[in-house]
Amino acid sequence: MIRLERRLEQPWWLSVAVPVGSLLVAFGIMGIVLAASGHAPGATYRRIVEAGFSGHGALSATLISATPILFTGLAAAAAFRMQLFNIGAEGQLYLGAIGASWIALRLGDHGATSKPLFVVAMCAAAGILGALWALIPGVLRAFANTNEIITSLMLNYVAGYLLTYLIFDSSSYWRDVSSLQARSFPQGKPMPSAAEWATFGSRVVVPLGFLVGLVAAATLWVLYSRTRFGFEVTVIADSPRAARYAGMRTRRKILAVMAVSGAVAGLGGASQIGDFSHTLDGSPQGLQAAAFGYTGIVVAALARYNPLAVCLVAVLIGGLLNAGFTLQGVDFPSGLVGVLQGIILFCALGGELLIRYRVRIRRRTSHVDAAAAEAAS
Amino acid sequence: MINDSLLVVVLAQAVLYGTPLLYASLGELLAERSGVLNLGVEGMMLFGAAVGFWVSQNVHGNDASALPLAVGAAAFAGAAVAAIHAFLTITLRASQIVSGLALTIFAGGLGLAAYFGNELHLADLPAAHQFGSLDVLGLGDLAVVGPILFDQSALVYASWALTALVALYLARTRFGLNVRAVGEAPASADAMGINVTLYRYVHVLVGGALAGVGGACYSLSITPGWTAGDTLVNGAGWIAIALVIFAFWRAELCLVGAYLFGGLAALPFALQAHDVTVKPELLQSLPYVMTVVVLVLVSTAFARRRLGAPAALGRAYVREER
Repeated sequence: MIRLERRLEQPWWLSVAVPVGSLLVAFGIMGIVLAASGHAPGATYRRIVEAGFSGHGALSATLISATPILFTGLAAAAAFRMQLFNIGAEGQLYLGAIGASWIALRLGDHGATSKPLFVVAMCAAAGILGALWALIPGVLRAFANTNEIITSLMLNYVAGYLLTYLIFDSSSYWRDVSSLQARSFPQGKPMPSAAEWATFGSRVVVPLGFLVGLVAAATLWVLYSRTRFGFEVTVIADSPRAARYAGMRTRRKILAVMAVSGAVAGLGGASQIGDFSHTLDGSPQGLQAAAFGYTGIVVAALARYNPLAVCLVAVLIGGLLNAGFTLQGVDFPSGLVGVLQGIILFCALGGELLIRYRVRIRRRTSHVDAAAAEAAS
Repeated sequence: MINDSLLVVVLAQAVLYGTPLLYASLGELLAERSGVLNLGVEGMMLFGAAVGFWVSQNVHGNDASALPLAVGAAAFAGAAVAAIHAFLTITLRASQIVSGLALTIFAGGLGLAAYFGNELHLADLPAAHQFGSLDVLGLGDLAVVGPILFDQSALVYASWALTALVALYLARTRFGLNVRAVGEAPASADAMGINVTLYRYVHVLVGGALAGVGGACYSLSITPGWTAGDTLVNGAGWIAIALVIFAFWRAELCLVGAYLFGGLAALPFALQAHDVTVKPELLQSLPYVMTVVVLVLVSTAFARRRLGAPAALGRAYVREER
């Protein structure tokens, strides 16, 4: 007979061992899926590792994939920690990109050339717009008790259409209308060259955005585990009623956490503009194709909502995404990476059980046990 | 001819576009009434759409034999992926919210549905079978109500029967009452001898099956075929989840809500056909904005009383911990 007993104390090593274990189990299950659909699992995994991590220049490419999901993973972790399910990181990232590209174009028009100024201004604009977009579901949750899961998700679609509108269906400030070709094939204005963010390193190229993400992760870690704010968030997550009786301002916390989460996702948008695309790409193949927001949830859950662990997991999942892009073809079907992400998340969720409960296996209840239980009661 | 007027066309389209929402929201309703929130509707719909379309392409025979098989396969596909959610949340007591999100990522447009569609080369195939409109009793030519109610596909008529069935099941049958007990007070239901785990499993699986059928409405009826990515269902699964809240967990109100949002989804196409020029993005984002607005209205009006929401929704039931 299998019995589950709630653990009173969770040993620290379990919160490392279980995610690692769930990753391994996920790859095992995926191996079966691959074999069943006629792909050799061993060879496929070897190619994923090569394309994602060990190959020439693979790590640099992996960091490019890891950067946006580092931000969206942090955004999800920041909100999910308070049982506030902001799944709108996708849309908040779009808004961040819109804000960052606006300020960069503006500064360019005014002839600014200072690179640090561009970075700071783009991050600020992106953070503010991302936070404002996240505050819509935040305010609705805090003051109207509206389910933030659905509202934040619905706003992803709205943000996507806004992006399409700005580039394809209007003569907005973001759209390039300088040449005849640009008018017939809609595209965003190119950013001024000073708005291109720096990269570091030569063998492994680290984009500036990734470093910004690491700083954001460290800040979030301090905020959540070393301040009164973080303590109150933990209490509200565990027991909203206890928090209210203790006089904690739940509404303000909801607004603050949503704003922080949205701002971090917005920074991801700034990084997309500054680090990689250098223009606001409104096409379906652009920002909207990659589903950074949803991948961020996988990253956050596997990291058990710990900001520092998010950095590591983002690189890991980034490698997987990067391998997916590079290998896509006949014997590496699209959708494989999404399926694998889903299985990883399922395994991580199943693994939570082992962290929270102790599994006891007994043949059958012996008389001695029954007598002991009776004596105890 | 009044039947060609914009209003009638939009209303007829509202029923067409509302039907997948109706199937999916009825399924979600059943799962939630048993106390399990399943946020994987979008993923289950997409996978159902892919499997339904694949089966319809590979069955030889006429529409009458191929289409029921395809719908059945879509239902089976939806139930199969819902089983993962059921196992994780009911048996392993995982967070229902995160597990549902995982299900959407796993089964959705970048996951299993894409993998399946890609492996079997479904993209952009011309549809071999599709649901045509069925003129009931020759009433299709009636003014106004004809095109709206009597000139729809078999999927639409079946959805009406299903709505009545679900409403009666929950209100009038012993099993239905038991489900409500399981969703409201699992500990009491357990004490009464109702198998909470079994009830929850069954209703999550049936919910998944209905979501699968909802997905098949797209790939077999509305836009016959399969397109890669998540453009086929495009957020309908999430709207279906919102509809359950909007309908206060009641089947008959799901029907009203589904057609309301079906109308919003159909509006851009109908207006385009009538040469009304509004920015397409504005119209396309309307269903999503309206979902938010409706949710706010519903939740402010009834937040205090939590009208209709099963009391144990979202919580795993553990016998020893009560």
